[in-house]
Amino acid sequence: MKNFISIKGVGKHFGNFVAVDNVDLAIEKGELFSILGGSGCGKTTLLRMLAGFEVPTSGSIEIDGIDVTSQPPYERPVNMMFQSYAVFPHMSVEKNIEYGLRREKTAKKEIAKRVDEMLELVQLDDFRSRKPDQLSGGQRQRVALARALIKRPKVLLLDEPLAALDKKLRERTQFELMNIQDELGITFVVVTHDQEEAMTLSSRIAVMNNGKFEQIGTPKEIYEFPHNRFVAEFIGTINTFKGRVSAVNDEKTKVYSTEAGVTLTALGKQLVEEGQQIEVAVRPEKIFVSKDKPEDNGDVCLEGIVDDFGYLGNRSLYRIRLKSGKIVQVSSQNRRRSVTRFLTWEDRVWISWHPNSAVVLLD
Amino acid sequence: MNRQSRFIVSILAFGYAFLYVPLVLVVVYSFNDSRIATVWGGFSVRWYGELFRNEQILDAAFLSVRIALTSATIATVLGTMAGLALARFRRFKGRTLFSGMITSPMVMPEVITGLSLLLLFVALQQTTGWPGQRGFGTITIAHTTFAMAYVAVIVQSRLMSMDESLEEAAMDLGGHPLRVVFDITLPLIAPAMAAGWLLAFTLSLDDLVIASFVSGPGSNTLPMYIFSKVKLGVSPDINALATLIIGFVSIGVFAAWLITRRKTS
Repeated sequence: MKNFISIKGVGKHFGNFVAVDNVDLAIEKGELFSILGGSGCGKTTLLRMLAGFEVPTSGSIEIDGIDVTSQPPYERPVNMMFQSYAVFPHMSVEKNIEYGLRREKTAKKEIAKRVDEMLELVQLDDFRSRKPDQLSGGQRQRVALARALIKRPKVLLLDEPLAALDKKLRERTQFELMNIQDELGITFVVVTHDQEEAMTLSSRIAVMNNGKFEQIGTPKEIYEFPHNRFVAEFIGTINTFKGRVSAVNDEKTKVYSTEAGVTLTALGKQLVEEGQQIEVAVRPEKIFVSKDKPEDNGDVCLEGIVDDFGYLGNRSLYRIRLKSGKIVQVSSQNRRRSVTRFLTWEDRVWISWHPNSAVVLLD
Repeated sequence: MNRQSRFIVSILAFGYAFLYVPLVLVVVYSFNDSRIATVWGGFSVRWYGELFRNEQILDAAFLSVRIALTSATIATVLGTMAGLALARFRRFKGRTLFSGMITSPMVMPEVITGLSLLLLFVALQQTTGWPGQRGFGTITIAHTTFAMAYVAVIVQSRLMSMDESLEEAAMDLGGHPLRVVFDITLPLIAPAMAAGWLLAFTLSLDDLVIASFVSGPGSNTLPMYIFSKVKLGVSPDINALATLIIGFVSIGVFAAWLITRRKTS
């Protein structure tokens, strides 16, 4: 299948500063693709190049088979929802939404019909003649969304779509966005620094750092099989153990770690050699904590002391100190209702995880 | 009332008195029947009649208003363009020089501005034959040059505080850059342009020094006329004129207040 959006060797330099460093990316039609990264990683610059506000220093961008690299924004089949929403303050909701069609000189009847459709889609029927300063943040966002969708763009770009909303509204809007995307089948490209937002929204994520992609994959791949330390730590929390590869074969890798005090096993074939210095990583929720030593069933099992803990309602966080002084974070679901503490400071505990849960990280 | 608040109130009263008693005096003396402006001789409106029979004053006032309208309008157009360039084009060759030259008329002493413009006009006349006569044209040009600086600064600061992605959004939705200026930028900076126009209008109407340099024989602006009359002693019809101007300005300010109040409510 031909790629819908294809970015080839695209770079952007501002003077000596390299914002985007020679990246390649292929996005398929109908995807909800996220570009995830911290501030200054180049994600917004990349998005602005897709929209046409920045011209790449090198490389080319194709959308639906057409080279748009040097097309100005007003000629691209792409619309954008801005982080600030950029709703025109001097126009009513209706005028804002119809702006794009008016520029295309669409027939009046058609404009009215499509504005109605859009107002219904974003549930702003009752607000059509309001001015933006009479709307809440969430409503303004929906105006921006409707305005960007009315031209039926081939690609919708969203710059931090949920950053300005409060937590409850954000969760609701997330699902609304996904539903709208589903309904219209438009390719969405989202830029965000919020890993949770990227995880729930996207069909695929590209993690970006220093103008380059660290890893591109589905949310599951990114979370469960991070390629390197940056990705592992950027998405969620993770415990890492430094160690040296002591044995490797097609089924498993054995790593001796002084931090853990034992040999750790990670399943699966890894591209490592014996003697190589690597890291083994385990997510906090994949570790079990118990007061008694579990029976030996092949799980990795370490002894430690409760250093600190936190109660979060649905789950509890524990910081377990190993003999080497290494702190391991464990997250455990609070399945039972109880007011007494299961563990407290300085309790002696055992932590264990299945070898399948461990990931080998290359730097 | 305790001592402290009495003190505050008296300070306030003194301050207002300092600002407004002179104006009140002018208004009161404009209804003075006496020929000597500083001696009260009973109530009369005869100086208003005299005023409207005095062709010199009327000519001067008419010239001043014409110059103010023209120069404020040209200054607003040019100043807005300069403000746009300064706020929206971050990097171009000679930007610092351009920005400095735009704002320098604001800090330049008026005497210097007036003198240098006079020299320019004289030199131009000798080499090209234009301007054949100094008057409306030369004063308008002079007023435009310095009023433009104020408009540019006001428009620039408005644009700086405006979200640039508004313009980008319009472009993203298919608006050609020039179209975006008219659809988005101009409507949003319109209040700043109006403020700039009013300021330019006032500055022009008010100016004595620069106009004195660049005007020619027979073309007196209102400030020039008043100033030359006052040199020979304050005549009562000037008081009447001053009262009329105070009246116009007060109505204007009141109207502006009404409009802004209606807009916000």
